[in-house]
Amino acid sequence: MADQPLIYARGLVKRFGKFTAVDGIDLEVAPGEAFGFLGPNGAGKSSTMRMIGCVSTPTSGELRILGMDAVRDGPSIRARLGVCPQLDNLDPDLTVRENLVTYARYFGLSRAESRRRADELLEFVQLAERAGGKVEPLSGGMKRRLTIARAMVNDPDLVLLDEPTTGLDPQARHLLWERLFRLKQRGVTLVLTTHYMDEAEQLCDRLVVMDGGRIVAEGSPRSLIETYSTPEVVEVRFPGMSESGARHAAALEGVGKRVDPLPDRVLVYVDDGDAALAEIQRRGLEPSSVLVRRSTLEDVFLHLTGRTLVD
Amino acid sequence: MAVTHGVHPTVAVLERHLTLYRRLWQASVFSSFVLPVLFLLSIGIGVGGYVGRVQGVDYLSWIVPGVLASTAFQIAVGESTYSVLGDFKWVRAYHAMRATPVGPADMVRGQLLYLVLRVTIAVVAFLVVVVFFGGLHSPWALVTPLVCAVLTVSVSAPVMAFAATIDHDSYFSLLFRFVVIPSTLFAGVFFPVEQLTAVLRPLAYASPLWHAVELCRAATLGTAPSWPVAVHAGYLLAWAAAGFFLAVRAFRRRLED
Ligand SMILES: Nc1ncnc2c1ncn2[C@@H]1O[C@H](COP(=O)(O)OP(=O)(O)OP(=O)(O)O)[C@@H](O)[C@H]1O
Ligand SMILES: [Mg+2]
Repeated sequence: MADQPLIYARGLVKRFGKFTAVDGIDLEVAPGEAFGFLGPNGAGKSSTMRMIGCVSTPTSGELRILGMDAVRDGPSIRARLGVCPQLDNLDPDLTVRENLVTYARYFGLSRAESRRRADELLEFVQLAERAGGKVEPLSGGMKRRLTIARAMVNDPDLVLLDEPTTGLDPQARHLLWERLFRLKQRGVTLVLTTHYMDEAEQLCDRLVVMDGGRIVAEGSPRSLIETYSTPEVVEVRFPGMSESGARHAAALEGVGKRVDPLPDRVLVYVDDGDAALAEIQRRGLEPSSVLVRRSTLEDVFLHLTGRTLVD
Repeated sequence: MAVTHGVHPTVAVLERHLTLYRRLWQASVFSSFVLPVLFLLSIGIGVGGYVGRVQGVDYLSWIVPGVLASTAFQIAVGESTYSVLGDFKWVRAYHAMRATPVGPADMVRGQLLYLVLRVTIAVVAFLVVVVFFGGLHSPWALVTPLVCAVLTVSVSAPVMAFAATIDHDSYFSLLFRFVVIPSTLFAGVFFPVEQLTAVLRPLAYASPLWHAVELCRAATLGTAPSWPVAVHAGYLLAWAAAGFFLAVRAFRRRLED
């Protein structure tokens, strides 16, 4: 049991009519792991998450969750999952606390246990003082926290979080990250999707980059950066970039391992930023600004798909 | 791991509806109890004064079972339309349930139980008032809540199936205009269906409401219904069974993606 993966997928496919949203992916997630799906809009992240959550039937392929068959054993699997969907589906006419108690009852918890869990979780997501209030007036971040609390109500073995922090302000995101980090420390297996590389870096032990329904890369955030990028990136801007981007990119060729012209700047992938700065000066180039920074998953993504993550 | 199966998922769904109802019950007391009573008094006593006796009894006594069954009918249909579509489209409450061990059959059963409960409370309250006006003539009146409960399932279930299939609430006005209102008018609530021309009479026979009205009337007056009891009851049960099957199928399809 211990070394059996919580999620095991082989050749997983999801089609909507003729359109293929998930195009034959293989996955394995181990107990206690925090696993992430990173990818742009329409990559197939949510479609994959819904299949894992046993609410959407795979078109083909094998999918085993918690050692059970996702198609045959849906109810038994769902009993042990916690799901935070991309779109909140809280009951707006119930109070904050009633939302949790009602949901706990769907899992067969006794009334006393449901109430106890509700109060404990409201404490955990810092919504205790809103317990008796309606859901409607809560802020986006509070609703998200409540949805996450709701996903924890059955003390799940596996928690699925589809874009847990999209649309939240930085402060709300940090609070959520901190709560999710605590869950992870308790040994809860987390699977999340995100557009944010900082989120993936913060929370995920391992992640896959999805694009067009396929997995294009897999590894820890660090190893992905090591494999697909360089330790440092120099961002160079020139006056009047937009017309002459390609020419500027050509002038920077050879400064680093790779040069990527973007509409507003040129990215130069280098091992040593200072050496690159010296080389730019030696070539007599006159950029309007130069910035040296560490490589991020954003660079990995750009390299793998030719597109930025957040569009 | 430690999931205790203390409560059946169907009961958990029923509880959600009851929790919501706690918020709204004051509003519903008017439409499901006060209104039928006012209706009964104005038509039964007011109109009854001109009509005199119908089929051998005073008009008030004659329409009591009609208003009773049609109150159940109104609640059953009314509570199975917008709220069901809304729970799919806007609230997405069924999607929330779908992520738990609750299945489509639990969702439908839970909601039907809730409606039966709502209708039973309204019907019993109505009966209590009617006793004071001398509107009940047989101890068989005690079975009318059961008839109304069966009626509720036989109309709620197909309407829920319909609500789970459509994508826009404008279809409901068609349902009300072409199904609910004609059913109410021609189902023997206000006048015997024998008054209808032969062309319209099958409309009454097709409506579950007419069969429930016949059974209720036989019960409150202590007479025999137009057709054998088993036929009336069987017809209602057939609607209930078919409706339940269709509703579960519609729920399952709508939640599948
Ligand atoms: N129920 C559906 N019917 C038809 N097409 C669908 C359905 N659900 C998803 N799709 C399509 O499948 C593709 C992948 O969608 P999915 O929601 O999995 O992407 P995603 O990676 O979660 O994107 P986002 O970051 O925008 O949430 C999209 O092109 C989407 O339009
Ligand atoms: Mg998505």
